[in-house]
Amino acid sequence: MERFITKENLIRLAEELSATCRVLAPVASCGTVTFRRFLPGMVLDLHSRMAAVSPKAATFPQTETLLTVKREIPEKKPEITETLPEGKSVVIGCRPCGARGKLIFNPVYETDKTKDPYYIQRRDNTVFISLACDRPETTCFCHSVGSGPADPDGSDVLLTLVGEGYVARSVTPAGEDVLKSALFTDAGDKGKEADAKNAKAREMMGEAHDYVSAPAKLLARFDDMDFWAAQSAKCISCGACTYMCPTCYCFNITDDDLGLESRRIRTWDNCMSHTFTLEGSGHNPRPTKAHRLKNRVGHKFSYYPDLHGGVMACCGCGRCIKQCPAGIDIRQIVKAAQEYSE
Amino acid sequence: MNANPYLPDMATIVEVIQETHNIKTFRIVINNEERMAAFTFRPGQVGQLSVFGVGESTFVINSSPTRKDYLQFSVMRVGEVTTRLHQLQPGDQIGVRAPLGNSFPVEDLKGKNIVFVGGGIGMAPLRTLFTYMLDNRKDYGDITLLYGARSPADLTYKAELPEWTERKDVNTVLTIDNPFDGWEHKVGLIPNVLLEINPSPKNTVAITCGPPIMIKFTLQALKKLGFEDENILTTLEKRMKCGVGICGRCNIGTKYVCMDGPVFTYAQLKELPSEL
Ligand SMILES: Cc1cc2nc3c(=O)[nH]c(=O)nc-3n(C[C@H](O)[C@H](O)[C@H](O)COP(=O)(O)OP(=O)(O)OC[C@H]3O[C@@H](n4cnc5c(N)ncnc54)[C@H](O)[C@@H]3O)c2cc1C
Ligand code: SF4
Ligand code: SF4
Ligand code: FES
Repeated sequence: MERFITKENLIRLAEELSATCRVLAPVASCGTVTFRRFLPGMVLDLHSRMAAVSPKAATFPQTETLLTVKREIPEKKPEITETLPEGKSVVIGCRPCGARGKLIFNPVYETDKTKDPYYIQRRDNTVFISLACDRPETTCFCHSVGSGPADPDGSDVLLTLVGEGYVARSVTPAGEDVLKSALFTDAGDKGKEADAKNAKAREMMGEAHDYVSAPAKLLARFDDMDFWAAQSAKCISCGACTYMCPTCYCFNITDDDLGLESRRIRTWDNCMSHTFTLEGSGHNPRPTKAHRLKNRVGHKFSYYPDLHGGVMACCGCGRCIKQCPAGIDIRQIVKAAQEYSE
Repeated sequence: MNANPYLPDMATIVEVIQETHNIKTFRIVINNEERMAAFTFRPGQVGQLSVFGVGESTFVINSSPTRKDYLQFSVMRVGEVTTRLHQLQPGDQIGVRAPLGNSFPVEDLKGKNIVFVGGGIGMAPLRTLFTYMLDNRKDYGDITLLYGARSPADLTYKAELPEWTERKDVNTVLTIDNPFDGWEHKVGLIPNVLLEINPSPKNTVAITCGPPIMIKFTLQALKKLGFEDENILTTLEKRMKCGVGICGRCNIGTKYVCMDGPVFTYAQLKELPSEL
């Protein structure tokens, strides 16, 4: 389905949806743009730049409660309650890469053997209304990982800015339902204009980098610690790269003790941290930042693609590049491994 | 396992055995009788035990599936959860998520001679398979158990050691690192004692578990004795959380210790990136 919505009506749509759903949208805050829970009256920042933090939290919150436990004292009569997520969410105005990021979760969080009910319920109850990019940034490389600035994969509705409003295309049945709102009008022949804009954005990105050889080439460099020490020399192990990333999905599970009640929570975790693999015995299989960076890059561009049909565990959003305080560029690392010759 | 893989079953501690100064063995029973009766696992599989308000940790189920009255775990006190577990008494309630992971290939091992090499708390996973084999003794050939610890006080399963050393159908060798008054068994590091015992690699599978450094030298000794990579089995430890292949913590390259392990052959380990 193809419809049109004016800028004012998109705000109204957000307001209407916020009456029944949790709406997340990019909002300018303290000099940056982040996804916030949208409430009527708030000002959206859809066009200035990509939100620093990805919309990952919509389907994979930074902290979520898995179980609550009531008890008399820690070891007496505990009663466990599952706290599966309730309600519907809508993400408005994320970039296609942010929406697509969650596709990387699917083959991990839902397999024949295991189903993660928390993730699956959130994913199935969240609608992504994405906005095609018309000004890709220098850190963007979505076109190199099988995507593009107007990629519909992972979105339910894809908007393209045309004049004073957006051409809105549904991608899924949930997206089609959104377009049934009276706030949308007939798109007329604006669809052609949208296509032209999208093609232009893709052109601005230039030639795509070819990652096909990356999995094998990274593995070939695996034991070359000089290579990894050089690549990680500037890293300060802050973890910004993983926390900002829409495709990073590792988590920790801990108990939050509230006296006679406790919560088992899961939180985003970070493979760039020293404690991530520190074992009880004191042994650490990834003792240096070089070991950890090689796992992060290896996971995204080698292990994951090897396990999941060649798909890179990266949507090319460039957040890890932009937000890294040390200026480490994941594209350069993979390229260096690909171009390395003995 | 529950449909929700993070949801533990409630279980009652029925017995606590003080093994060493920092290791206790817990026998537990799942509270839901039907689930306890239906509970099955294979030797080598692990479980997550939880103390609510403190957290969850991974331990090998070291009882044998042939003995079904309880599930047994031996816990070394090293951190938060293990310290709290050590304070618990019979009657106390804990959570258990089990069974998780892969297991020893008990069917493929039938008809083979078996050499167990265990060090310290690494005896836990071996105990499961060892007792399983004792309970199905005719299915297996010669069985040797080499079990070592720093000192006599560091040996676990002391209550069972007399039976293990006295049985005629197994060759049990105990060793400690340094001489000790009254010690009647071997003295010496496990890999050295292994070379001394000199087991034949013919139709034999070696199964080893212990601290990383012990495993490393035991593997070298086994190679020296002529064991094939395919005939050496070990179990790996990694820091684990979810136990079901999702949280991303326990991988070595494309393999996840919680799903593809903890049991690996030496041949498989050699294929993995060197991240042990
Ligand atoms: C497959 C498998 C089987 C196992 N089987 C057994 C078994 O049968 N018996 C057994 O005793 N153990 C076993 N273990 C090991 C056991 O899981 C750990 O010893 C246990 O998880 C430690 O839990 P804890 O909460 O007490 O320790 P933690 O409190 O988690 O800490 C343990 C230590 O890790 C370090 N550490 C952890 N987190 C941090 C942090 N955030 N910051 C700094 N340092 C940190 C510290 O050095 C600390 O002392 C097994 C492990 C695996 C993976
Ligand atoms: S690895 Fe970097 S570029 Fe790729 S999805 Fe994550 S943040 Fe974006
Ligand atoms: S953001 Fe940069 S400095 Fe921080 S952990 Fe990642 S690579 Fe290292
Ligand atoms: S423990 Fe979570 S992936 Fe293995």
